[in-house]
Amino acid sequence: MKRKVLALLTASMMVFGLVACGGDTTADSGNAGAQADAQAGADGGSGDLIKVGIINNDPNESGYRTANDKDMKEMFTEENGYEASFAYSLKNDEQITAAQKFIQDGVDYLLLSAADTAGWDSVLQDAQDAGIRVILFDRTIDADESLYEASIVSDMSKEGQTAVDWLASQGLDEYNVIHIQGVMGSAAQKGRSGALDEKVAAESNWNIVTQQTAEWNAEKAQQIVQSVIDSGTSFNVIYAENDDMAKGAVAALDKANISHGVGKDVIVMGFDCNKWALEELLAGNWNYDGQCNPFQASYIDEIIKKIENGETISEKTIIMDEKGFDASTITQEDVDTYGI
Amino acid sequence: MKKENVFSRLIHNQIFIPIAALLILTLFNLIADPSFFKISMGYNSTGDPVLSGYLITILDYGSELAILAIGMTLVTAASGGQDISVGATIAVAGSAMLRVLCGTNSRPDELQAPIIVAFLVGCLAAMLCGAFNGVLVAYFKIQPMIATLILFTAGRSIAAWINNNELPVINDVGFTYFGGFIPGIPIPTPFFIAVICMIIIALVLKFTTLGLYTQSVGINESSSRLNGLNPAFIKFLTFVILGVCVAVAALIKVSRISSINYSVIAKDIEMDAILAVALGGNSLSGGKFNMAASILGAYVIQFLTTTLYKLNVQSDALSAYKAVVVIILVVLSAPSVREKLSSLGKKLKPQSKEVA
Repeated sequence: MKRKVLALLTASMMVFGLVACGGDTTADSGNAGAQADAQAGADGGSGDLIKVGIINNDPNESGYRTANDKDMKEMFTEENGYEASFAYSLKNDEQITAAQKFIQDGVDYLLLSAADTAGWDSVLQDAQDAGIRVILFDRTIDADESLYEASIVSDMSKEGQTAVDWLASQGLDEYNVIHIQGVMGSAAQKGRSGALDEKVAAESNWNIVTQQTAEWNAEKAQQIVQSVIDSGTSFNVIYAENDDMAKGAVAALDKANISHGVGKDVIVMGFDCNKWALEELLAGNWNYDGQCNPFQASYIDEIIKKIENGETISEKTIIMDEKGFDASTITQEDVDTYGI
Repeated sequence: MKKENVFSRLIHNQIFIPIAALLILTLFNLIADPSFFKISMGYNSTGDPVLSGYLITILDYGSELAILAIGMTLVTAASGGQDISVGATIAVAGSAMLRVLCGTNSRPDELQAPIIVAFLVGCLAAMLCGAFNGVLVAYFKIQPMIATLILFTAGRSIAAWINNNELPVINDVGFTYFGGFIPGIPIPTPFFIAVICMIIIALVLKFTTLGLYTQSVGINESSSRLNGLNPAFIKFLTFVILGVCVAVAALIKVSRISSINYSVIAKDIEMDAILAVALGGNSLSGGKFNMAASILGAYVIQFLTTTLYKLNVQSDALSAYKAVVVIILVVLSAPSVREKLSSLGKKLKPQSKEVA
């Protein structure tokens, strides 16, 4: 009996949970819709604002996403001639619902950073039928190219290549690299590992001391580097595929009194350009940080302007410029502009 | 004859299991590469003397696990289940500590509060989480693994929420001592923290009835109630004690990198803590326990992890090797296997007597 009651209780709790979640999302999209309506009402007379519906992942997902969302909000303002509505979700189905809502609202452009690559064909077809132009940013989807105007993405292999080229330009006699990888199979890991693997295979004076995944985890990176230090193997480069892992690696170096940074024994490389990481560069404790550019808004703006002027977009896939920062040339201005 | 007695007593002693595992690992490393045991004296980047070497690394990283194993052993003994929310609770406690230290600015130049205050707040947070689990298990009689599944799922989000999902970074040398070295002392601080925890728990078990009550509740709940104990409260208490252990481990964890990453800090550490309890020969279904064996088990697991790192095993494959250890342990401790083994032993005994 007790058990039954308990089961009933848990079941009802779960249902409540579901209802609550469902309520949240509808409330969210409802709000977004209401906002859009209100704005449309207010600006009904002018009519020359471009209506955009922006579907993004949750800005709390990562520092990258927070910076990305901020950039979007700063670009698509009334001063810049836009009337923007936002919808956020990490779930594909909720994003699709939001897209349908935007289509009904009759936006001019649908900007999309999809949570998942699949399942977008029918809703994008609806958008096309309604004369709405779709622009993808940050993430690509598995849908026919004719369904969207353009896709603005990062090229992770290029990020890796830029980093490896920079490392090669340092002109060391011998490269003994500790390679700390991200979660295996992720796009960032594949791209950033690929360039280094190729270089090591091609050059005789490039060696991998150890190649391990720390799964974006600072503590794991610290243990991996600690293990190499304990073994007494010498190394002079740490190639970590994100800033967190580089930080963990540096903690292990500090413990063992191995000097790192500009003009020191070990070169430290990270990715993502977190603000705190760029500050480490500025202080000369790290040597290099590769950017993963979250600022797509200006690219989108350019495309929309082109379409509005009746020009055609020649390239469907647009790859953003991504910088690599060298500790010897970085400035405070760079930190403020590019730090996320 | 007497010798055989000593031997069999040794084998039947619970602490024999982790010692045997330790010996096997030691032997393996001696054969594979004796330099594993080399310890060297060096200086860290601030010029203070530090010891380094694989054994020191084991002491260093095994200590946080040993602290968790203390709490996990008590929870296991009393409730007959395990707390799988340990890693998530570490994130919560660590996040709370950093929140207090940073105040409103996520990158302060100096600490906004004394470290002890931050630690106490972290303690409070972890004890609250423990109490939440404890109430579900003790009073609502939910299976421990299911009850703690709630925080296992939600804990890291709560941790992110405590700091508004910002990434606090602390620039304070004093804060790094807990996960590193105190100037002038060449042994890693986590080891001292673990020793303090061990002394405290040893005193508690010796001078209070906690150990006795925990075991009796674990062995037979209703008969201990008939004897005037309050089983629900004792179960609740063990979860709160685990909360304190979690807070101590969280302090070490966040001190190591002076920062926190909510989604990955102390990831999968609960599995290692449970494994430590199992490796200590404790029954995972509750009842009698041996604290020393659990603590030794924790260091043995770190020994295994460090050995695997040294052999350059891919770090995402580490858990597969640990799984093999779990399988062996679980199979060996299964009643049917034990019966077979003991009957095999009996069969062998008369023969050996005849030979003698």
